[in-house]
Amino acid sequence: MNASPGIVDPHNALVPFGRFATLHFARFVIFADQTTEDIGVYGLPAREYSLYLAFLGDVDGSETAFLRWLVGAASDGLRKLFSCCEGFGPDSNLSDWMRQHRARPVANYVNTRGRTVRQIHEEAVLRKLLESYTATTSGQLQGQSPRAIHDTLRKFARDEVSAGRLDLTAAARTPPMWWIRNMLHLIGMPLLLLLASPFLIAILPFYLIVLRYKEKTDPVVAPTVDQNYSDDLALLEDHDVTNQFSAIGSLKPGIVRLLTIYGVLLAIDYAARHIARPGRLGRIRTIHFAHWSFVAGSQRMMFCSNYDGSVDSYMDDFINKTAFGLNASFGNGIGYPTTNWLIKDGCKDERNYKEYLRRHTIPTQVWYKAYPGLTAVDLERNTRIRQGIESPAMSDQQVREWLALL
Amino acid sequence: MTTRAPSEVDYADIQGLVRFGYKRMTKARYELLRVKSVAAARSWLLSAPVSSAVAVEPPPRTALHIAFTAPGLRALGISESVIEGFSHEFRAGMTTEYRARQLGDVGNNAHEYWQWGGPGHGPHLLVMFFGEPSEFDAHVKSATDGTWREAFDVVHSLSADLDAIEPFGFADGISQPEIDWTQQRQTPTTQLDYTNVTALGEVLLGYRNEYGKITDRPLLGPDAASAGLPAAQDAPDKKDLGRNGTYLVMRQLQQDVRKFWQFVHEQADGDSAKAEKLAAAMVGRERDGKPLVPAQSEPIIGIESKPEPVRVNQFTFDSDTSGVRCPFGSHIRRVNPRNFDFSERPAGLLKKLLVALGFGPKYFRYDLMSSVRFHRILRRGRKYGPPLTPEEALAPPPNEPERGLHFMCLNASISRQFEFVQNAWIVNSKFSGMTGESDPLLGNREPIPGCPVTSDFNMPQEGGLRRRVSGLPQFVTVRGGAYYFLPSLRALRYLAGGA
Repeated sequence: MNASPGIVDPHNALVPFGRFATLHFARFVIFADQTTEDIGVYGLPAREYSLYLAFLGDVDGSETAFLRWLVGAASDGLRKLFSCCEGFGPDSNLSDWMRQHRARPVANYVNTRGRTVRQIHEEAVLRKLLESYTATTSGQLQGQSPRAIHDTLRKFARDEVSAGRLDLTAAARTPPMWWIRNMLHLIGMPLLLLLASPFLIAILPFYLIVLRYKEKTDPVVAPTVDQNYSDDLALLEDHDVTNQFSAIGSLKPGIVRLLTIYGVLLAIDYAARHIARPGRLGRIRTIHFAHWSFVAGSQRMMFCSNYDGSVDSYMDDFINKTAFGLNASFGNGIGYPTTNWLIKDGCKDERNYKEYLRRHTIPTQVWYKAYPGLTAVDLERNTRIRQGIESPAMSDQQVREWLALL
Repeated sequence: MTTRAPSEVDYADIQGLVRFGYKRMTKARYELLRVKSVAAARSWLLSAPVSSAVAVEPPPRTALHIAFTAPGLRALGISESVIEGFSHEFRAGMTTEYRARQLGDVGNNAHEYWQWGGPGHGPHLLVMFFGEPSEFDAHVKSATDGTWREAFDVVHSLSADLDAIEPFGFADGISQPEIDWTQQRQTPTTQLDYTNVTALGEVLLGYRNEYGKITDRPLLGPDAASAGLPAAQDAPDKKDLGRNGTYLVMRQLQQDVRKFWQFVHEQADGDSAKAEKLAAAMVGRERDGKPLVPAQSEPIIGIESKPEPVRVNQFTFDSDTSGVRCPFGSHIRRVNPRNFDFSERPAGLLKKLLVALGFGPKYFRYDLMSSVRFHRILRRGRKYGPPLTPEEALAPPPNEPERGLHFMCLNASISRQFEFVQNAWIVNSKFSGMTGESDPLLGNREPIPGCPVTSDFNMPQEGGLRRRVSGLPQFVTVRGGAYYFLPSLRALRYLAGGA
């Protein structure tokens, strides 16, 4: 499915990702977990896990509609791929089988909810058109007032739309069911928390005592990563401005860690869905999508993301910008650098953290991105440019800030 | 609380290059060597008069330094278990296939065109000679007599001169971090001002870095061979092979001075003053080193309050948030954005919490850049080739020898320091929220997937559209490079088998 290592062929014969206009990112990844024996530090035997193949996709609109489309257009390819899996045979019904094996992420992060692939492509075209227009007419535009330039560019965009060279499709209406579900989630989660609060408050002191004891005694497992392993991962990286990241690991044993990770991830999911500002995961502005999921059961977790820049700068961003969130979630994994009150220290132990993360990273065999060359910040800028094009009335200050984006 | 064990710096164990730039020793030669005879190499290394970092009066007039690549350590018979203690980048080397993408060593910069250091025929070690002109030749001669010829094959021999002006004609070497040799400074958890001071552990192995952690480095079990090495500060039962040593990054950067000045003149329609202005915008400084943003009145920690350092170095880009004075993409803004741990100073704990949770200011460029204190390097570059003034550069090129910079920097973490600066700031066409341009001096102008153009240079204009210069040619070409370990003097004896 790849044209060369790390570079997918979007029109490959098995799953031609490029044909699915609502698909942002996709990946096939085999969970080759080299860390299952780490549990030995707790005196426990390594478990035998089945080898899993995962297919991940980030899509606009309804999942059912996408699956129907996918199965319709890539049935043979998917059958071929899944025939490597236990329990899938020539007689299996592909869509039923996929639905049965679906694993819902516990926490989900979307850079900007509601921004579709179509919108991204249209806004990229808009920026390009504006760029070449301003390049060819810079002489005329230079002397004009910011407001006059804004008007000229608005007219230019309107003309391009009329001429059929540009589409600026209005956002589709959010389905009412989605709104209702979203509202229920928005209100329901705090309500549940409120109902559970007497119980939670009662167990809090005990929880903290156990957590602190565990934090102080949990061993760190961060041997230097095998150079060949790390080099093989690197072969798949830095082909585009965006990179994929897939990591797997086992949870520290015991109910306390399981409840902690569950609580933390529900909080992350809730915050990402209802509270976070578009384009930001904490202070990080380079992540397109991220998912935390359990892997068949509750012993292992996986984290998959799509981020801009090199893996080293990604790890640095985590340390310097959102250490607390990273510690609270990854800190429940076996071997993670020692945390302090769940959110402190941890990844600030740079050396151990980077080796830990690299060792838990697994190669993503196939990875697709619908908009090569565009970073999350590019997408935000393009959306801001489009908003300016569609705003007839902006203050002088707003017009100046908008012009600076071009 | 982290305990801060006092650890006096033993200058006698550190190679002097870490502490001194050798301003008076204007001549230098870098010998890139492969080991021919292990026994002879060891014997030469043990007797080589390597300069230490002890300050003496009058200052010495010559200096000699030695650094090794990972294949070089293997060639000397160092065991793989010892080599495994070095960093991934050092062990893998500069010329892995994936690193070429990260560092921009593609297109004309590709390893296959390198004069030295390409995969498979890289040097084992680097011997650096420095000297005042009158002493230089004798200095080199005395050290390369006898066993030298028996010990080494010379892969490449590079000459370099020290000059405060780099080949394009700009004052160079201005922004260097001040090393906290006394380790009195408490490494801040969050730093809300740009300072020019860097933790000792950012430039030397075995000390606390900007995270307050002792750097990663090779630690050995105690045995007869390692007896001469110091005990590790954080693991007293181990011997510290890294302490007082560091990593040295070397890259030969060929500079096309004629192309640079001819291009800016062409863009300026032959108007010299305009051409100077464009060149200054690309660099971020005028030719005499004056930055395009004004010096600030408040002092900056780590920058002397003498007139010259104040004039060229006492500034940040805080006064130019729109990039109107000094373009976002200018060279000095890329290599040292002079920022701190937050994009703005959050007042109070609540504000800090809100910012940390992603509720900081909403403007587009907010918080796009990593804090510079984790990405400082100590530069020791020198130029090579015949000088050419910007005026002379306008004449059509005759057949002439190449000129450029032997870039050299010291850092404790190649990946977090040199590679980060090169990858995320210099090569990155998405730096600081921009697109379509890389470093105006160093960029390779190669397209990347989805972005056919990386050769623009944009200059924001007050209240209007930015001014764009398109089609920047490649001015700088990488001609060679390698990652080295610059050992302490004790580690050098260990590596030479002289326990």
